[in-house]
Amino acid sequence: MTDQKKSPAEQEKVGVYICHCGSNIAGTINVEEVAQWAEKNPNVVVARNYEFMCSSTGQELIENDIKEKGLTRIVVASCSPHMHEKTFREATERGGLNPFLFEMANIREHGSWATNDKEAATSKAKALVNGAVERVVHHAPLEKIPVDINPNTLIVGGGIAGITAALELAEGGHHVYLVEREGTIGGRMAQIDKTFPTLDCSACILTPKMVDVGQNDNITLLTYSEVESVEGYIGNFNITVRKKARCVTEELCTSCGICEEKCPQKVIDENYGAGISYRKAIYRSFPQAVPGYPVLDKENCTYFQTGKCKVCEQVCPTEAIDYEQEDKVITFDVGNIILATGYDLFDARQIPQYGYGRLANVFSSLEFERMVNASGPTAGHIVLRDGVTEPESIAIVHCVGSRDQNHNEYCSKVCCMYSLKFAHLVHEHLPDAEVYNFYIDMRTPGKGYEEFYHRLLNEGTHFIRGRVAEITDADRHPGEEGKLIVQAENTLLGIQQRTPVDMVILSAGIEARHDAEDVSKLFKMGCDHDGFFNERHPKLAPVSTMTDGVFIAGACQGPKDIPDTVAQGGAAASQVAKLISQGTVLMEPVRASIREEECSGCRICNTLCPYNAIEFDEEKFVSRVITALCQGCGTCVAACPSGVIDGAHFTYTQVMAELKGVLWDVQSDVLTKQEVA
Amino acid sequence: MTENGKPKLAMYWASSCGGCEISVLNIHENILTVDEVFDIAFFPCIADFKIKDVEAYPDGYIDICLFNGAIRNSENEEMAQLLRQKSKVLVAFGSCAYEGCIPALSNLTTKKATFEKVYFNNPTIDNPDRILPQHSTEVAEGELTLPHFYHTVKSLDQVVEVDYFIPGCPPEPPQIWAVLQVVIGALTAGQPLPPAGSIIGAGTMALCDECTREKKEKTIKRFFRPYEIQPNPDQCLLEQGIICMGIATRSGCGALCPSVGIGCRGCYGPPDGVEDQGAKMLSAIASVLDVGHESMDEDVLEELIQEAVDTIADPAGTFYRFSMAHSILKRVKNGKGAA
Repeated sequence: MTDQKKSPAEQEKVGVYICHCGSNIAGTINVEEVAQWAEKNPNVVVARNYEFMCSSTGQELIENDIKEKGLTRIVVASCSPHMHEKTFREATERGGLNPFLFEMANIREHGSWATNDKEAATSKAKALVNGAVERVVHHAPLEKIPVDINPNTLIVGGGIAGITAALELAEGGHHVYLVEREGTIGGRMAQIDKTFPTLDCSACILTPKMVDVGQNDNITLLTYSEVESVEGYIGNFNITVRKKARCVTEELCTSCGICEEKCPQKVIDENYGAGISYRKAIYRSFPQAVPGYPVLDKENCTYFQTGKCKVCEQVCPTEAIDYEQEDKVITFDVGNIILATGYDLFDARQIPQYGYGRLANVFSSLEFERMVNASGPTAGHIVLRDGVTEPESIAIVHCVGSRDQNHNEYCSKVCCMYSLKFAHLVHEHLPDAEVYNFYIDMRTPGKGYEEFYHRLLNEGTHFIRGRVAEITDADRHPGEEGKLIVQAENTLLGIQQRTPVDMVILSAGIEARHDAEDVSKLFKMGCDHDGFFNERHPKLAPVSTMTDGVFIAGACQGPKDIPDTVAQGGAAASQVAKLISQGTVLMEPVRASIREEECSGCRICNTLCPYNAIEFDEEKFVSRVITALCQGCGTCVAACPSGVIDGAHFTYTQVMAELKGVLWDVQSDVLTKQEVA
Repeated sequence: MTENGKPKLAMYWASSCGGCEISVLNIHENILTVDEVFDIAFFPCIADFKIKDVEAYPDGYIDICLFNGAIRNSENEEMAQLLRQKSKVLVAFGSCAYEGCIPALSNLTTKKATFEKVYFNNPTIDNPDRILPQHSTEVAEGELTLPHFYHTVKSLDQVVEVDYFIPGCPPEPPQIWAVLQVVIGALTAGQPLPPAGSIIGAGTMALCDECTREKKEKTIKRFFRPYEIQPNPDQCLLEQGIICMGIATRSGCGALCPSVGIGCRGCYGPPDGVEDQGAKMLSAIASVLDVGHESMDEDVLEELIQEAVDTIADPAGTFYRFSMAHSILKRVKNGKGAA
């Protein structure tokens, strides 16, 4: 075995501290009994129970006992190490011991909170404490690894979250690489007409920020670009970005827009235009695009498809059109990464009974958003699919794809509010139209949100509480003729209701990006059950991820409105700014290492490392862990068939000792029992 | 045997096949040197001794005892205790004594099932009266006894203290001779012996260190049984889908099996630093299994993985072929917690 553990005869002096956590633990677990029992372990010198171990007096108990009783190892049985491992490691260090000579037993989440059975919880607490004691005597002192932080930051996604984060950092004097997949930054917010509940013009508050980004010398803006690879670790990431050919020489283009104007090829704008407007084959999504250079869409360009046209080249006054332009691969180094990749909208076609895509006058929320926008295809006029008829009645269906076991079980958080906004805009544009909002529950938590709902109640909107069953054009009587009929149970009246309307708007929910999982793998973090990026802690570390140096902001973490998204963009930027001003960080020394002289060179481990931290030395025929890249996940440690990879702080001896300690009362040693039957 | 001042050598077989004795004799003419240096005090395979002869020896009379075979029954255990008492140095010789070997595979089943297989459901047995061996049988002349058959096969160190372990099934003759030379050196020239408890007559690292096949990064799509594939003569066998235990097996044999295209069986036991050879092997193989893709549905992926895993015939018997007695698994449950 490789542990530098002293022989068992040389006993460690362990101090055990059982936390009451108020009544969180002591209400279920007999903490006194656990402490008294733990003290019987021959290695345990002192076992105490205390009301709040995380309080300063609780921590002082540890510090004083180390000094007065000469403790060499510390065990605290309390909450999850996620909460207070750091606290107690520091207390251990202040007492004069290496902080890694500490072990935590989680008797709250794994004990008192898991059951009401006091006896069972107490018995489990004993097992967990015993496991920790048996483990901690095998702990070795470890030193943290200092790493310099590169002050540059990569931000992926140029929506309002990414824009906010980029500006915060850049204005603080730090360089930012802002990578955006589309030809312009702006994201979802650029598609929206008005924002709830204040009804400010979305573009009016967004575009100044976009201009700031474009003009800030500290921001390298890479639009129409995608991150191809990410290597390295906190402080030292190496990034490769593919800057797709937009067939426009940026240095020459003056953004005059003449190419776009003269381009003969019209294309349905599926992306920014939500499929209800046209753009050209060479285009900017909207006039205020940043950067202002257009993108040439090769798939729809007449020249690229037929070899003839070149109108844009002929009209360009600065000869900026370059049909030969190729993708550029750019590499650069950053210290931190913020992902602000946004969301996809639920595709309402997945609910066929709502008729979207089949019934002409069923619109998606984004279609309506574009239509009602003054710069949209109808210049803000609300009309039916025929482009001229104003609807006299409109139904707005909430929770499309959300709060639905067949699709997404979660609430998309913004749909109630934007549905109310739609109702308001209809009243504003078509004062005589009847508006029906079909909702399950009205969810308006947010500053000024409930007030907005009340405003709508007074504006004459009909609110019908009930999930819509079907939208059909099959009329049953003359009054329904030529209408869309919204079938729903009005749960407040307890009746089935058929509501004939001219137009239906489906308030689609928010979904994780279709490629969120690929992105999460690229950046080596995780996605949750619904496909959104996983935060490190739902309450206390909402913009951090489990990968150091990688942060998340906005709707890529879960459904969010604009204020929350902006707040997260700022929060992620401040996390990064903190690391930049620290200059160096101390990385956990929990890393794998290979004992080269004992490695047989079998190469089992070579393909396993998710962080590419293992290399093979072709001369010595041994494998080697690159310490700085290793994240201590333990995959290689478990896989190494000859046991020559050590996982610091998770050695075989430590893990086995803990297991045996936990199983202290169920060890029926099969070999010492009576053999003869 | 006359007192001539020569050190005394013993070799005993408990539950074993006899291969270990053959392997000792396989050191060829060196056996003459052994005879020259040692007096044989007990060696049932090659000379006629009775237990009462051994019982009559004073304690520690035998200088070195090579004990092979596992502890299958009460007689094996009694002999282990007797020889421990009579020997200065007790060596667990060969895989059975060291870690249970083939006999210990029966720890994967029960005593009852073993008896049923051997005495009832065996194609070469006709036992219409369903007679089973009994510990005690009354006959006209009095009581006859047989040793107790244990539920659990143990290694030698699980019943008595062992000074050294020589792995192998059987240990390779050059390694045996090397060990004997060390012992002879110690006895005749006062040279130092290895520290007690050592594994001797073997390397410390995994067998791959001795294997000359070319090793690359490993990704395995499926496994092949030896008859299903003609292995490439130069490439790592495991990479070709042939179960080769070399990655989790102690070096020392010179990679004999892999050098002729047969996957290492693992008879030298785990290398230094590994407690459970089978678990390590399983963990390593699971790590390099390369089927499907992460983007696949979990159900589909599970099916593909199962298909690939199903190409391993008898995983427990393969991975724990030699080390069952020393494994963390210990044995299958045996009703009512009886061991």
